[in-house]
Amino acid sequence: MPASLIQPEFKVKIDYDKCHKCGRCVQQCGWGVYSFNERPIPDDTKCRACHRCVTYCPAHCITIQKNDLAFRDNPHWTPALRKSVWRQAESGGVMLTGMGNDRPYLNVFDHLVLDACQVTNPSIDPLREPMELRTYLGRKPDSVEVETDGNGGFHLKEGTGVSNNIQLETPIIFSPMSYGSVSLNVHKSLAMAAERCGILMNTGEGGLHADLFPYQDHVIVQVASGRFGVTPEYLNRGAAMEIKIGQGAKPGIGGHLPGEKINREVSETRMIPTGTDAISPAPHHDIYSIEDLRQLIYSLKEATGYKPVGVKIAAVHNVAAIASGIVRAGADYVYLDGFRGGTGAAPQIIRDHIGIPIEIAIAVVDQRLRDEGIRNQASIIAAGSIRSSADMAKAIALGADVVAVGSAALMALGCHLCQGCHTGSCSWGLTTQKAELTRRVDPEWGAERLTNLVHAWSHELQEILGALGVNAVESLRGSRERLRAIGLDEQTCKILGVKPAGL
Amino acid sequence: MTYDPLLERMPTSRLPSFSDREGVFGGERPAYAEESPFKIHGGCGLMGICDESGKLMSGETAIRAMAVQRDRGNGLGGGYAGYGIYPEFPDHFCFHMMYHDLAAKEAAEAVFDQYFVIDLAEPMPTRPVKGISDAPLLWRYFLAPDPHKLEMAEMTAEDYVVHTVMLINSKVDGAYVASSGKNMGAFKGVGFPEEIGHYYILEEYQGHTWVGHNRFPTNTPGWWGGAHPFTLLDWSIVHNGEISSYGINSRYLEAFGYKCTLGTDTEVAAYLFDLMLRRHKLPMELACKALASPLWSEIDRMPEDQQALMRSLRAVYGPGMLNGPFAIVLGFNGGMLALNDRIKLRPLVAARQGSVLMVASEESAMREVLKSPDKVWTPKAGEPVIARVEGMDWPIHGDLHLSASEVSCAVTGVENSCETVEVV
Amino acid sequence: MMQATKTKTNGVIEGYVAREPKITIDGDTAMIEAQNVYYRNVNDAVRQVIADGAKTVKLLDINGQRYIGTGLRAKGVKIEVNGTAGNDMAMFMDGPAVEVFGNAQDGVGNTMNAGTVIVHGDAGDVLGYGMRGGKVFIKGDVGYRVGIHMKAYENHVPIMVCGGKSRDFFGEYMAGGMLVLLGMNSQFEGPLVGGYLGAGMHGGEIFLRGEVEPWQVGKECGIFVADEEDLARLRPVLEEYCAAFDMPIDEVLSVPLTKLVPISHRPYGKLYVYV
Repeated sequence: MPASLIQPEFKVKIDYDKCHKCGRCVQQCGWGVYSFNERPIPDDTKCRACHRCVTYCPAHCITIQKNDLAFRDNPHWTPALRKSVWRQAESGGVMLTGMGNDRPYLNVFDHLVLDACQVTNPSIDPLREPMELRTYLGRKPDSVEVETDGNGGFHLKEGTGVSNNIQLETPIIFSPMSYGSVSLNVHKSLAMAAERCGILMNTGEGGLHADLFPYQDHVIVQVASGRFGVTPEYLNRGAAMEIKIGQGAKPGIGGHLPGEKINREVSETRMIPTGTDAISPAPHHDIYSIEDLRQLIYSLKEATGYKPVGVKIAAVHNVAAIASGIVRAGADYVYLDGFRGGTGAAPQIIRDHIGIPIEIAIAVVDQRLRDEGIRNQASIIAAGSIRSSADMAKAIALGADVVAVGSAALMALGCHLCQGCHTGSCSWGLTTQKAELTRRVDPEWGAERLTNLVHAWSHELQEILGALGVNAVESLRGSRERLRAIGLDEQTCKILGVKPAGL
Repeated sequence: MTYDPLLERMPTSRLPSFSDREGVFGGERPAYAEESPFKIHGGCGLMGICDESGKLMSGETAIRAMAVQRDRGNGLGGGYAGYGIYPEFPDHFCFHMMYHDLAAKEAAEAVFDQYFVIDLAEPMPTRPVKGISDAPLLWRYFLAPDPHKLEMAEMTAEDYVVHTVMLINSKVDGAYVASSGKNMGAFKGVGFPEEIGHYYILEEYQGHTWVGHNRFPTNTPGWWGGAHPFTLLDWSIVHNGEISSYGINSRYLEAFGYKCTLGTDTEVAAYLFDLMLRRHKLPMELACKALASPLWSEIDRMPEDQQALMRSLRAVYGPGMLNGPFAIVLGFNGGMLALNDRIKLRPLVAARQGSVLMVASEESAMREVLKSPDKVWTPKAGEPVIARVEGMDWPIHGDLHLSASEVSCAVTGVENSCETVEVV
Repeated sequence: MMQATKTKTNGVIEGYVAREPKITIDGDTAMIEAQNVYYRNVNDAVRQVIADGAKTVKLLDINGQRYIGTGLRAKGVKIEVNGTAGNDMAMFMDGPAVEVFGNAQDGVGNTMNAGTVIVHGDAGDVLGYGMRGGKVFIKGDVGYRVGIHMKAYENHVPIMVCGGKSRDFFGEYMAGGMLVLLGMNSQFEGPLVGGYLGAGMHGGEIFLRGEVEPWQVGKECGIFVADEEDLARLRPVLEEYCAAFDMPIDEVLSVPLTKLVPISHRPYGKLYVYV
């Protein structure tokens, strides 16, 4: 019998007439596709189509093609499903993968369109006129209390207002990605870019490396069930703290960073021995109910002089009620992660079949909090495949305060969405701890690319606001009147609070 | 369950007319209700004038100011509110009523009879004017709450009156309360404002404060109750421009219990004032800074304590910020407030002549009325012009304790505005 | 119960009445009495008397009538406006000289091609929008969005001088011509000019009598002190301005002038990436 029934997904083609025989492809490929015998010889079975070799080939003589084997048609049994059966029959294993859900579920964002002003109110020129994106993340009081200064002026009543909010210059932040799952250079790139853009990065659950201390005012420090690297110092360094309950790519599932990724520096940051698996339990074992969440939120606040605390959850069926409970438990923001959100490693079956789209989650959470009159008590961060400024604008119009980007940030640093994060061999040097790979990301270069991305999306959001005739992002936030649906069913429209186009 | 405010809160026998509503009140109440699922678009012109010494001016002043701004409207709505116009009844609540038919009048009067002492009921004086047609029956009533019933209701007089407005607007088919304040009244309808003013014989009224409006709706035929000003007790509001942030403004208000059912920016502005001034007790100047916020760049240049205040105002009231072009005048017993948007997308000109402060969409309106103003100026974007009549109170309805949904119901007359559950 | 202030009239109180204004002709001067006359009748009369050979047209008791001189194509004709000129005065105007003794409302000189506008008072918002040629001289203050997108083309070079102060967006998107702000005859409190000064400017020049803070100025502008060469170019313009309002030019020039010019003709070249 053959070792595997599964044929390679891709074919690596080299035009040997053009090939310099320089061996750069051999050196660049993190997956070990190439061997060299007078010329590079590819092993198609190892290729993930990450294009590292293609990008770095000086002769441009490499191309990657789909291994488009014909299967007898059966829409029910897709080739991918057949391969899954063979793979599991061969291994007996749970299929593990990286990045986000790639199944072709209906994408709600792609069925929403935005409005623009014509005649009855003017559009606004976003390039020359003020176009404000500044956003405050955190709990806001119902009203502002003032005292007169005795001279006809007013000042804020002591201890009121929004002093505890975090100021963001644009409503984009970077999603949590732990040091361990990604490299330190990725973390540094994110932190430097966050500082330059006036936004936030998020440590994920792997602690805060000392090299990031200079950027700590732009860092959310995460507290997950494994509590890696969580110390009073860690908590106090962050601009805010985040309790991670769940993740869109793997709702209800804990984390598992394999021992191979725990080198000395990761071990120091996570405060666990090198080479040991870093396992995050599925639940927080000090949170078995909502009142326990409140207890943890307030213990974090107590430990830090009442810094903001957010709670990150995966978008699941009952997300509105859960979010309401989180806000009532005292969270300063609710981070909603939709089912297309990325991951360093998740069981494929979980990634692809659990959770709901972020668009729906934003809509129901925002509406529920409004119905309960507590929308001002917490900000909503939306994540889980925000792919462009259009997705961002639509998410904000549905009710999000801020969007968080993870996959797009990694793509800015070279990620080609090859879904091999869990292997630890990322050729782009992102989701790996191998020194020869991680050094491929120069933090200065990375920070510049991330800054460019954030600035470009911000400019595009300003263009959208201008067309909508508003000059501040708070006038788009939750303004579903500016959205219309094309090709969504009536029930979905109702849930989204969006009218169909034409109405 | 819908809310029958009087039935629930008034300690009286049941109104007979409610038990046989089919007979007196009819079934559904769409006769005047402009319950639009759509956003209503439109532009307009406006004016406001106040003699801060309390000296009275003829309503002709307001008509003249609107007449020179005729081309700002399209003849589908004009209206005024005058203050200090009923010195003979300074302490009575004056109800200006619009009736679709006699049955509506009879039903509304049954409510007045039940709960008020009526000191005068009379048809609104009008004269025929070419161009004005399809006018409803217009009546006015000078009322005082029945003292015994007021005491039993354990309400302030203001709450009692707004409950009545709610009851009539939402339950009495074909009846609409145009205004219900003391010593003031709203005069509005479908037509050009000078025609409307003339129709109501406005030149025979004397007031210390007047506001006026010329409407240019783009997609509604116009109904008499839908013309500006909108009122609540003695507040009146007129508005020019279209607010591009309507979607979030209305959702923000809904979280406080208001029901934005008319689809108009004016309704939203009225509730925002009610929320900020009456319920949150913000000073008028600061409410204006929340509605037409300074730019962040401007806030960043302010002294530290003002930065903290403005940052909080914007962060907290951001969803209520009126973004897009607007100019607005709020009239009240005690003065008026005029405000335009944060980057001045709609015109607003102000003038002062002695104790008289005036605002309008065009300078010509002031030149028409004030023959020799001491000063004519354009207020800065988002900087309110506030006139205050000497010796009168600030426009906080201190005696009004109603919930947001009750206020909405009173203002719009849309029945489903009124809910028993009040979310605070 | 109400005291009548005047006897009842049977006609609606009208701001303007659509009727022929009274016209008096004296040589090549025509006098039009415009009090409460609807703008269409006023402007019809202006066009008629010019067609009949009038070189000077005096409009009396103007108050808010729109479109005075709008679209008018005539050389050597002077229109004198007494009162408050209404919106869109001298829009698309091509040749005549309009002088207002009073204030002007919004939209003066909109897309004006040639001619002169002199206002002995203040002017409102959106003054000289898209102005392509001719001169606009305002004695006093001006509102928001003044000189937006003024542009020059071959020998069409628009010139605007405002004697008072200005609100935000002065010279926004300016593409050509000369825009001058003196800050002298003002009732505005505070600085000479608001924010977003010259935002998006990509042509022409702005002169300010006095200084501005960097925050007021659009990022597309360079800030300089006007030099001898600039003053040589400016002097004839200011002399003409001062003559119009009987102001001493020495006082105008007693304060150093700030000059704003665009840094780039393509300020947003780097903002876009082609796909």
